[in-house]
Amino acid sequence: MKRTTLLALALAAAPAAAQVPINGAGATFPNIIYQDWMLTYSQTHPDVKLNYQSIGSGGGIRQFSDGTVDFGGTDAPMTDSAIAAIQGNVLHIPTVLGAIVVTYNVPGVTQQLRFTPDVIAGIFLGTITKWNDARITSVNPGVTLPATDIVVVHRADGSGTSFGFTDYLSKVSPEWAQKVGKGTSVSWPVGLGGKGNEGLAATVGQTPGAIGYVELGYATANKMAFGQVQNSAGKFVSPTLEAVTAALAGALAKMGPSTDFRVSLTNPDGANAYPIATMTWLLLHKDYADASKAKALVQFVWWAETEGQGKAPTLGYAPLPAQLRPWIQARLRSITAGGRVAWSGPAAR
Amino acid sequence: MLRGVLFRVRYTAVTARAKSTGRLSRVSVLLPSFHNRGDRAYRATLTVLAALLPLLLVIVAAELAVRAWPAMQRFGFSFLWTGRWDPVAEVYGAGPLIFGTLMSSLVALLLAVPLALGVAIFLTEFAPTWMRQPVAFLVELLAAVPSVVYGVWGIFVLIPFLRAHAVPPLKAALGWTPFFSGVFYGNSMLAGGIILAIMIVPYIAAVSREVLLAVPGSQREAALGLGATRWEAVWSAVLPYGRAGVIGAVMLGLGRALGETMAVTMVIGNRHDISASLLQPGYTMAAALANEFSEATTGMYLAALFEVGFVLFVITVSVNALARLLVWRVARGGAAGSRAL
Repeated sequence: MKRTTLLALALAAAPAAAQVPINGAGATFPNIIYQDWMLTYSQTHPDVKLNYQSIGSGGGIRQFSDGTVDFGGTDAPMTDSAIAAIQGNVLHIPTVLGAIVVTYNVPGVTQQLRFTPDVIAGIFLGTITKWNDARITSVNPGVTLPATDIVVVHRADGSGTSFGFTDYLSKVSPEWAQKVGKGTSVSWPVGLGGKGNEGLAATVGQTPGAIGYVELGYATANKMAFGQVQNSAGKFVSPTLEAVTAALAGALAKMGPSTDFRVSLTNPDGANAYPIATMTWLLLHKDYADASKAKALVQFVWWAETEGQGKAPTLGYAPLPAQLRPWIQARLRSITAGGRVAWSGPAAR
Repeated sequence: MLRGVLFRVRYTAVTARAKSTGRLSRVSVLLPSFHNRGDRAYRATLTVLAALLPLLLVIVAAELAVRAWPAMQRFGFSFLWTGRWDPVAEVYGAGPLIFGTLMSSLVALLLAVPLALGVAIFLTEFAPTWMRQPVAFLVELLAAVPSVVYGVWGIFVLIPFLRAHAVPPLKAALGWTPFFSGVFYGNSMLAGGIILAIMIVPYIAAVSREVLLAVPGSQREAALGLGATRWEAVWSAVLPYGRAGVIGAVMLGLGRALGETMAVTMVIGNRHDISASLLQPGYTMAAALANEFSEATTGMYLAALFEVGFVLFVITVSVNALARLLVWRVARGGAAGSRAL
């Protein structure tokens, strides 16, 4: 009995050997849509075996750089020095967009709060310490804020969300840029650290007067309260997928066909843009050793950039605008395997 | 694992005692020499296996030190007491982490040792017989709860309880001391210490119970015969007899407290700060490693984390060595004590 089972398993495994295995690892933020894409794609392409491990952006960059995985995923673009360390053999390909929301737990407040960039920076720098501070109450007319202490909660683990949030703070507050800076882990001036989105959400939820930041999708799924943020045009905007796409439109104006996709979407122009918008990238090599692997991978990425985008809104992500497609396609076409073009792709639309 | 440790500690305590009282002097046995080829092969295999484990320890230490070398060179010994941990500026100091690890373990021991010893004494000396096994089993069961469950319990039950009921009276009574000053937000050194205490109680209690069980009845009978009350018999005869084993039990608990990660990081606040107040957040080495390792991308960041790992390794190995030394010293000193009794 046992032997026949083993035999059957061996037989079943035999055709799998003909599949092209493609492994990736990295950011947790886009994990839900990546898994969905891979599942859908594998139904029409049984010859490709895709796998993505959501180990975090930093881990993704490290494994990609070490060559442990074929592609990486990250919410924080690689630094110039990290790119130089692998001889520039990397392409950043954006996949979907997200937003970081400011979540809070203020006893007795049911209305949606409004935050200005100065207020957010002041709270996270520790210069605004009470919820009834005049700088908060003045932009929240009609809301009775208690004299509770503000308890800042940030991520204790390194995170792409922290990168997006500190990137935003560095842009709107010169003091933040000079004292703290941006990164997946920074030296937070005040506050408690929560481990992961869950740890942060639990700490905010259990601590009266707490304020923190999480991805929009996570906040929506867990019914967390989050505020409106004033954008560079002076308008208070709720974090919605449309407001995120509007943020990219603001950033697109400064980009061209040959642009490096490592752009920051935070604090963009545009009257309807949500200011703490983020982009997530796939990391691909410019040159692969294995031609069949390179071709299969690029084919999948192109599918994700076109057909796959339709899935984004239902899963809580904002899709990339169509203007980006020809630029992404050109970038994918430049990928080589052993010096020869890996994928020629369909004609640009 | 607990069983094995129990046996080891009990065995150490018993042999130490036997040696000290001189009742069981060294037994010399004539061993047959290794003439047989099979015996020789057997001996060689065992020697290799026995050498392998210490070697592993050395390899781990060496690997940590090598990977930490860039940070050691850059920051020198000041790494051990400076407090700035800034991945953006690439400046690292592990002072708060080392302080937090030692402080949270100390708080845990202060709370856990009396409780665990009380449980062990109650179960061996005072509890009705029908109660002993079930209660001992339940206490040991605490060791089987995964630490992340303790962490969740800490966030959703312990911290709200501390905030509403425990800390206000504590602050009213002891708020003037530096240890209970400042505003209490919940996640704090105190919460971390309490969680750790709950986690190490089963270890200390179970091992102490085994040790006390191993104390011969004649010791109790002699004390009671001299007119001691039951409490006095425990305090002056049973506990001193089992001292070595009890200290071993405490050290086992300490070792576990030093290395505990998940439950601690969920309640301690994860802040790189040194504060005398137990109400303020802190951080431990194990928690920082678990949090930051997977996202550390630059060389110096990784090296600093490896150095934290190295320091943690050195501290835990020293604690274990110290425990051995202490058990050994107490066992020898105990001989004089038990003779005097």
